[in-house]
Amino acid sequence: MLEIKNLHVKLEEEDKQILKGVDLTIEAGKVHAIMGPNGSGKSTLSYVLSGRNGYEVTEGEATLLGQDILELDPEERAAAGLFLAFQYPVEIPGVGNMTFLRTAVNAQRKARGEEEMSSTEFLKVVREKAKELEIGADMLKRPVNVGFSGGEKKRNEILQMAMLEPKLCILDETDSGLDVDAMKLVSDGVNKLRAPDRGFLVITHYQRLLDHITPDVVHIMYDGRIVKTGGPELALEVEKNGYADIMAESA
Amino acid sequence: MAALQRKFDDTEARLSGLTLPEGGWSAATRRDALSRVRSMGLPHARDEYWKYTKPATLVQPEAPAAALFAGEETPIFDDVDRLKVVFVDGVFDPEASDALSMSGITIERLADSNADIHWARDLYGKLELAGQSPVERPLAALNTAFATDGVLIHATAKAEKPVNLIYIHNSETSDAILHHCIKLDEGAELTVLENGPAAARFNKVMEVDVADKATFHHIRTQGRDHERRAATNIFGRLGRESIFKSFTLTANGVLTRNECVLELTGDDAVAHVAGACMGDGDFHHDDTVFITHDAVNCESRQVFKKVLRNGATGVFQGKILVKKGAQKTDGYQISQSLLLDEDSQFLAKPELEIYADDVACSHGSTSGAIDEEALFYLRSRGVPQGHAEDLLTLAFLAEAVLEIEDQDLQDAVNGRIEAWLMRRRTA
Ligand SMILES: Nc1ncnc2c1ncn2[C@@H]1O[C@H](COP(=O)(O)OP(=O)(O)O)[C@@H](O)[C@H]1O
Ligand SMILES: [Mg+2]
Repeated sequence: MLEIKNLHVKLEEEDKQILKGVDLTIEAGKVHAIMGPNGSGKSTLSYVLSGRNGYEVTEGEATLLGQDILELDPEERAAAGLFLAFQYPVEIPGVGNMTFLRTAVNAQRKARGEEEMSSTEFLKVVREKAKELEIGADMLKRPVNVGFSGGEKKRNEILQMAMLEPKLCILDETDSGLDVDAMKLVSDGVNKLRAPDRGFLVITHYQRLLDHITPDVVHIMYDGRIVKTGGPELALEVEKNGYADIMAESA
Repeated sequence: MAALQRKFDDTEARLSGLTLPEGGWSAATRRDALSRVRSMGLPHARDEYWKYTKPATLVQPEAPAAALFAGEETPIFDDVDRLKVVFVDGVFDPEASDALSMSGITIERLADSNADIHWARDLYGKLELAGQSPVERPLAALNTAFATDGVLIHATAKAEKPVNLIYIHNSETSDAILHHCIKLDEGAELTVLENGPAAARFNKVMEVDVADKATFHHIRTQGRDHERRAATNIFGRLGRESIFKSFTLTANGVLTRNECVLELTGDDAVAHVAGACMGDGDFHHDDTVFITHDAVNCESRQVFKKVLRNGATGVFQGKILVKKGAQKTDGYQISQSLLLDEDSQFLAKPELEIYADDVACSHGSTSGAIDEEALFYLRSRGVPQGHAEDLLTLAFLAEAVLEIEDQDLQDAVNGRIEAWLMRRRTA
C-alpha cells in the first residue's frame, strides 16, 4: 500500500540532512509502528509524506497504492487516501470545527469525483462518530482545536480520521499527553477503523499505546534511518531496555 | 507658507463650484459651516490627520470619473423587510423608494423640510461641529454647508423595521453630498442599513443622537465599484444606558475614508464600531475613529479588519479618549490586516489618551500573512489551497463581522465576503 524506498530528506532552508535513507513497506490491513528517540526523524517522515513545506527530498521515492505521492499537493495526497493525525494539532480561530469537517469531507469527495455528502447525512454521521469518541456538541461547534485540552485535540484528530476514511493513516505521537481514559477512547477509535484495505503507521514513543493498538510490525528509527525491524516483542524490548542497545548496535 | 496658501486656494476652488442652499431652518447652520470650512481649509496632503491618505481627489472641484460597475449580485438587503429610501447619484428617487412612513419613527427628506422651525435644527451640523475638536474634519463641515439632500429620522419608539438607505451610482462623474440626521428618543430602537456605491465621489455625514436607553444599529456595505471615492463621517452622541453599534463592509473602491466620531456622554453607554474591508489592487481604505468617554462605566469597542492584496492599502487611525472622571471605562480597540502579498500595506495609528485612573483600556494592531501552519493543516485534510485560504480569510474577518448582532444580516455579509473571495480564488 505504502512503499518508501531509500528516502533522503533535508531541510529546505539549511543544509541539514534529516532522513538518511528510509525503506518501509506497509501492506493493506497491517499496523506498523515506528518507535525511536526524540529527534530521530519520525515526525519529519510523517510531514514529508503528507506534503508539508520546508523539506526537500534529495533521493528516493514514496508511493501510495502505486501512485507517486511526493509530487502531489497536500490536498491531493489527502484525496488519494493519506491521513496524518498531527503530533501537535493546529488551532484555527474563526473556523468552526463542524464547518471544517464538512468542508474537508466534501472537498475530498469532489476531488475523487464522488457526490458530496448532504448536510443531514453529514450531521447524522458526525454525531454518531463524535459520540463514540465522547466529543460533545460543544466541541463540534467551537473553532477547530481552539481551547481544546491535549486529549480533546487528539480525539478530534481521530474524529477527522473516522470521517475521512483514509486508506493510510499515520498517527504521530497520538498517545502523548493522553490520560488512561483518553488513551482508551483514541485506541478504540483507531481499532474500529482497522480494515483489510487500510494500513496504519503508528509513531510512538512508548510501548503503552501498542498495548491497545497491537502492531503487526515494529520499526526502530534512529538518526534518520530505520535501524531495526521486528514483531510486537521489539516494542517490549525497547520498553525494558531503552534505545541504548539498539543505538549502539547501529552505530 | 506656500503649501498653506495652496491649501486655502484649493479650498476656494472647491467652494466656487458649490451653491449654498438658501432659506429654511438650516440656513444659518449652513452659513456657519461654510465659514468653518473657509477658516479650517479643506484637507491637504501636509495635514497630520491625512498623513496616510491623500485627500486631493476628495477636495478637487470635479469628481474624478468612476466607471460604472455591473456586478451580478442582487443588492445585499433585498431580502430584508425594510423601508427603502433610494438615492441615485445623490438624488432622491421617489419611484424606487417606499412611502416615507412607518410606525415608531417619522422620516422625511432634508430637501423637503424648508420650514423655519424643525426638530432637526438642534441636530443638523451640531454633532459635526462638536466633532471638529480636537481634530478638524473639514469635509464634514463642507457637507453640512452644501448637502443637497438626506433623511431626517426621528425615532420615538421601536421602529417597525429597518430603514434602508440605498445609494445607486448611475453617472460616471456624479459628485454627491448627503447629510442624514437621526434622533432617537429615550428607549427608542432603530436599525439603519446602507448599501451601494452612491456616486463617483460621495461625501456623506450621518449625525446620530441616541438618547438614554435608546438603541441604534447601523450596518453598511459600500458598493463594489472599483473607481468610486467616498469620504464619510458618522457623528454620534450617546446618552445613559444607550447602545450604538455600527458595522461597515467595504469591498473595492479606489479611495474610501470612513470617519466615526462618538461621544459617550451618559453613564453605562455602549458603543461598538467595526469594519471589515477587502481590497484588491487599486484600493485605499482608511478607517479613522475617535471615541470620547465622558461618563462613568461605559464600554467602547473598535474592531477593524482588513484583507489586502495586489498592492492595496489599508489605514487605521483609532483613538480612545477617556476624559477626567470617566471612571470604569472599558475600552477595546483592535486593528488588524491580513496581507495576501508583499505589495500590500497597512498603516496603523492606534492611540489611547486617558485622564481617569480607574479604567481598563486595551488596544492592539497587527499585520500579517496567512498562517502557514493552519493552511497546511486544512490542506492535509483535503481542502484545496484556494479554498483553505478563503476559509482562513473569512476566519480573520470574523471578529469584525460578529459585531453584527442580527444573524441574518451577519450571514448576508459573510455571503458577500465569500463571494468576493471566491471570484479571486486561485486553485
Ligand atoms: N523545520 C525544522 N527546522 C529545523 N529543524 C528541524 C525541522 N524539522 C525537523 N528538524 C530537526 O530534524 C530532526 C528530526 O526531528 P523530528 O522529525 O521532529 O524527530 P522526532 O519526531 O523523531 O522526534 C531534529 O533534529 C529536529 O530538530
Ligand atoms: Mg515527533
